[in-house]
Amino acid sequence: MKIRSQVAMVLNLDKCIGCHTCSVTCKNVWTSREGMEYAWFNNVETKPGIGYPKEWENQEKWKGGWVREADGSIRPRIGGKFRVLANIFANPDLPEIDDYYEPFDFDYQHLHTAPEVPHQPVARPRSAITGQRMEKIEWGPNWEEILGTEFEKRRKDKNFDAVQADIYGQYENTFMMYLPRLCEHCLNPTCAASCPSGAIYKREEDGIVLIDQDKCRGWRMCISGCPYKKIYYNWKSGKSEKCIFCYPRIEAGMPTICSETCVGRIRYLGVLLYDADKIHEVASTPNEHDLYPKQLEMFLDPNDPEVIAAARKAGIPDSVISAAQKSPVYKLAVDWKLALPLHPEYRTLPMVWYVPPLSPIQNAAESGKIGMNGVLPDVDSLRIPVRYLANLLTAGDEEPVKLALKRLLAMRVYKRAQHVEGVEDLRALEDVGLSKAQAEEMYRYLAIADYEDRFVIPTAHREESMTDAFAERNGCGFSFGDGCSHGGESSLNMFGGKKQNRRDVLKTVQVWEE
Amino acid sequence: MSSFNFLIFGVYPYIALAICLIGSWARFDLSQYTWRAGSSQMLDGKDMRVASNLFHVGIIFILAGHFVGLLTPEAVYHGFISSGAKQVLAMVSGGFFGILCLVGLVMLIKRRLNNPRVRATSSTSDIMILFVLLVQLILGLLTIVASTQHLDGSVMVMLGNWAQSIVTLQPVKAASAIEPVGLVYKLHVFLGVTLFVLFPFTRLVHIVSAPVWYLGRRYQIVRQKG
Repeated sequence: MKIRSQVAMVLNLDKCIGCHTCSVTCKNVWTSREGMEYAWFNNVETKPGIGYPKEWENQEKWKGGWVREADGSIRPRIGGKFRVLANIFANPDLPEIDDYYEPFDFDYQHLHTAPEVPHQPVARPRSAITGQRMEKIEWGPNWEEILGTEFEKRRKDKNFDAVQADIYGQYENTFMMYLPRLCEHCLNPTCAASCPSGAIYKREEDGIVLIDQDKCRGWRMCISGCPYKKIYYNWKSGKSEKCIFCYPRIEAGMPTICSETCVGRIRYLGVLLYDADKIHEVASTPNEHDLYPKQLEMFLDPNDPEVIAAARKAGIPDSVISAAQKSPVYKLAVDWKLALPLHPEYRTLPMVWYVPPLSPIQNAAESGKIGMNGVLPDVDSLRIPVRYLANLLTAGDEEPVKLALKRLLAMRVYKRAQHVEGVEDLRALEDVGLSKAQAEEMYRYLAIADYEDRFVIPTAHREESMTDAFAERNGCGFSFGDGCSHGGESSLNMFGGKKQNRRDVLKTVQVWEE
Repeated sequence: MSSFNFLIFGVYPYIALAICLIGSWARFDLSQYTWRAGSSQMLDGKDMRVASNLFHVGIIFILAGHFVGLLTPEAVYHGFISSGAKQVLAMVSGGFFGILCLVGLVMLIKRRLNNPRVRATSSTSDIMILFVLLVQLILGLLTIVASTQHLDGSVMVMLGNWAQSIVTLQPVKAASAIEPVGLVYKLHVFLGVTLFVLFPFTRLVHIVSAPVWYLGRRYQIVRQKG
């Protein structure tokens, strides 16, 4: 057994209101640079829809993730090592900018400087790549917001597989949900496996997957390798970039910026201890339905004395072990089995999990009665088809999704009886195998969701990894290579790189005359 | 031997090699963030499979051919091939891959100049290096035409002696070996040496980062802190 720890995330989709605060704060902090305008380390999609980039879940098209060979081994879907290198001059599986969208800004300055004209002046869009006028914006990072575009286009959503999708195009049957997405910081990342330079690595101490910006040579294979399409090619620097799980904040014991600013309090961050020796075996599980339960088995009980002893022996600090014992992620994923992985069938063993959303009871208003299953409403009568959620979260296996939905409902039924009727009715809980204590704790974590309960992040032990603190003084913090100089003060760069901290296409600061 | 000839073919190659080595070292050490292939495929991938593959396959073969052809001493290859036959082999294979490369390169230049997105994100050096390679490739193909006039391999041997003398640190011998060859060869050699000068300052640096060791590594990389 090789114990490692990871700071994992759970998103409670039941509470996501699709406000995009996570996306916007993330962009302001990490990707508001030229070359990265089109990239959203965190984005929120309205489902059903083809998403961003277009049809990212269609792996027949983009070839992300892993495939299991007949002999039981796994290899990246884009191909083995020889095929990856053979495609290095032109990657046939690479999304183009229009699959994301052409980034743009508006000529706001025109509103200040326009002469007196018969019509109100407008700020027209301009491409952030070419600097040229864009006559019409054809697509954006969230073009399908709240079921935008025709159903026929959104019908291509891969999660409709084995769903009688066409009836959901009808107004009275339509359904929607929000899906905030970020890098999954997988245990078995295909991006790392497909990087010819070996620049992508997973950090042992917190599991964050990073791209070494110095070692990246821009062969752009990781972009195809990642099935979530969460690696972005910076066209200005010629390097790939991805969500860094706000590691400077995590190291300081703070939540990621997307979690911190989430107004719906839907995000949870906590430590999971797992057995790294099992990664390969679990990722090559024959039956896709088993990927979720097997990954769940990899997570170790942080209260088990044997696990604690082994973790200490592996050099995991006590602060991390005690954080694991209080981990909201462990509770949601392992204790209560509410959180489920996103597309486990990609075999990357993702570490950002989702609590499936409840939805209104279909046909309830129409028929005047609700399909009941004992004291609980029948989850099959929920507006969002269970099969759709199963395709999204459990490789098509409906049982874990049903269990999670039923447990969410049971907790509500129990609390409603307690608060509204003033009685303790445990029938609903018994139906779904929850104890009273568990239900009370679920209520505390899901409904109240205090900051301290949502985020249990041990600070990194920098003192152990820093051999010479004196040498760290006057450090330059984050820079684009070149030490502290940001490529020199002069506008001339000997090595031809464009300056990363300067905008060349569209100026963001415009000075106008008084 | 004229001193100009000595300067260009006896001295300049060492200056170029020094700039190439020290410049690459400096860039790798001081500014590795700028060390990349510089792909623009995600901005415009149309025809890239044809253009980029033709260009790269062509130029890799040509580079390997020059390396082997120029640096293998006569005594070594005379065991199994005559100079004349070697010249014909070089002309045919170099011509074939040269044409492949030329087609790819012209397509890439057209794309770089005409696609507004690629053009806007190109640096001066990205455009410059394509044209330098184009001129060099055309000069190289013209040497094949010139070589049809003398199929005995004599010019090829002179050029080989120049290259071998350069790498064995004999600049005087090198410059005198190349002096009798025609102008088109000399221009091709001069521009070829100049490519070494340009190397560390352009995207050409990605050549030495060809990720062959990917084949030997395991799929996952985990870094320990510290």
